[in-house]
Amino acid sequence: MTAPAIETEHLRRRFGDKLAVADLTLTVARGEVFGFLGPNGAGKSTTLKMLLGLLEPSGGRGRLLGAPIGDRAARAKVGFLPEHFRFQDWLTGRELLRFHGRLYGLGGASLERRADALLERMDLVDAADRPIRTYSKGMTQRIGLAQALLNDPHVVFLDEPTSGLDPLGRRLVREVIHELRAGGTTVFLNSHLLGEVEATCDRVVFVKQGRVVHELALSAAPEVLEVELRVEGATDDVLAAHGTVLEREGDRVRMRIADEAALPRLAAAMVGAGARLYALTPLRRSLESTFLEVMGDDGRPG
Amino acid sequence: MSAFLTLVHLTLHEAMRRRVLVATLVGAAAFLIVFGIGFHFVVRDAVQDTAMTGIRRRMVLNLFTLAGLYATHFLSVMTSVLLPVDTLSGEIGSGVLQTVASKPVRRRDIVLGKWAAYAIVAGGYTLLVSTGVLLVARLLGGFTPPGLSTGLPLMVFESMLLVTLSIFGGSRFSTVTNGILAFALYGLAFIGGWVDQIGTMVDNAAARNVGTVVSLIMPSEAMWQRAAYHMQPAIMRDLGLSPFSPASLPSVAMVVWAAGWALLLLVLAVRGLQRRAL
Repeated sequence: MTAPAIETEHLRRRFGDKLAVADLTLTVARGEVFGFLGPNGAGKSTTLKMLLGLLEPSGGRGRLLGAPIGDRAARAKVGFLPEHFRFQDWLTGRELLRFHGRLYGLGGASLERRADALLERMDLVDAADRPIRTYSKGMTQRIGLAQALLNDPHVVFLDEPTSGLDPLGRRLVREVIHELRAGGTTVFLNSHLLGEVEATCDRVVFVKQGRVVHELALSAAPEVLEVELRVEGATDDVLAAHGTVLEREGDRVRMRIADEAALPRLAAAMVGAGARLYALTPLRRSLESTFLEVMGDDGRPG
Repeated sequence: MSAFLTLVHLTLHEAMRRRVLVATLVGAAAFLIVFGIGFHFVVRDAVQDTAMTGIRRRMVLNLFTLAGLYATHFLSVMTSVLLPVDTLSGEIGSGVLQTVASKPVRRRDIVLGKWAAYAIVAGGYTLLVSTGVLLVARLLGGFTPPGLSTGLPLMVFESMLLVTLSIFGGSRFSTVTNGILAFALYGLAFIGGWVDQIGTMVDNAAARNVGTVVSLIMPSEAMWQRAAYHMQPAIMRDLGLSPFSPASLPSVAMVVWAAGWALLLLVLAVRGLQRRAL
């Protein structure tokens, strides 16, 4: 049996008398796109650094691709884009990829081909031979992402990959994550942008003070569904036969239905009863409302 | 290419591209020009002064050449400390090292790669400037000091000691702390050297011991003293006629001590980075 991509047991890290990560136990399966959510100061970046061997845990243990964290052979199969990606900005984009590729033990024609392909994918071919200090924030982030994918990693850690990116840049990151998932790569995503997480992740956990407080599978269909309708001429009876009406005002109706299978039945019933249906929108409970509920909406940012 | 060589390569590349090296080389060129002009006038007067004996002329030329090499030694100290002063602390502070250290690379190779590259640059710089001084003396005065085969390697060795100190500091302290620490130690060694010389001249054992202890703590200046001793004619060092001729010669054991000192600092630098949270 292959070991999970990431496993931690009671992982802990203390800075002086401050406990950054209290007791973190989690498992990320291979090929999963995993969202790691929490307010600022929840220990997200600290956890990531421990998993990458940049920071020694104060307690507990962790395994990366079956090997104890910090293992060099395992790190050869890992890609990492740090938050606020900074690097030797006097290098050109191509030189940066060459240098980091060599650190992965790559070289020769295969490294050149890989670098060319990534420059192409990240839309940086025109800027490839310019020093990175002349890059915009978005270009810098993209070359950082390219750097994290040089070795065709089994696991990619992305720490706030879309912060500071414009919508086009964000879409590119989202597409790259989808491609990684399609290729079977495990993605560990730290992000504040809940919309991004919702669009890309299979599963998320919420952390608070270095503890997992909630876990949520996003790929599964939601159990209970709310729908919003714009409909004229629908009687209460028709609506009530398919779910519970929560709110009705003019032609707008908000109701709860049992599951997704009820959607087409509801639509057919209304059309059959001669009502004029303009819109039928399933509402998923947003990640944001879950986040606020789980974190305890004490109105204090972390 | 191994990670060590990749890091040596990158660091050399960085040193060549940064403006600081260009500034250092421009400073060295300015120094050599001034030195050459001064040397030119000294030679002219020494030649015109027919009353000057051959020995006296040689002494003047030697004194001037040693002054040039002394200035080279000082430039070398500054360059060797300042070029690598932020290479570790700066990259730790800015987070550049995170992407490097998360690769399948030993932290030991990061420290040693940077150290080797800066040792090459600082050693090369010292050799370049001292060769410039020697060329000026040769071309303008037809003079070459003796003992270069011992003196020049000692000067290069001294620059490597300071590179090691600077890398060690960078693995444990901030850039500013590191710079201040290195120059404080250099100042200490400088004063210690003089205390030793004067102690020897007036035959004061206590002063000599102070000098020796200081050299044990910071052996770089002793390397210059030993180099200078070798690079002057026997008569001058026997008579103690120049300010660069040490009355007490640092021993070979001190050179061996210095090598051990550098090795220890390098080991501590590696351990410093290994334990450092990045």
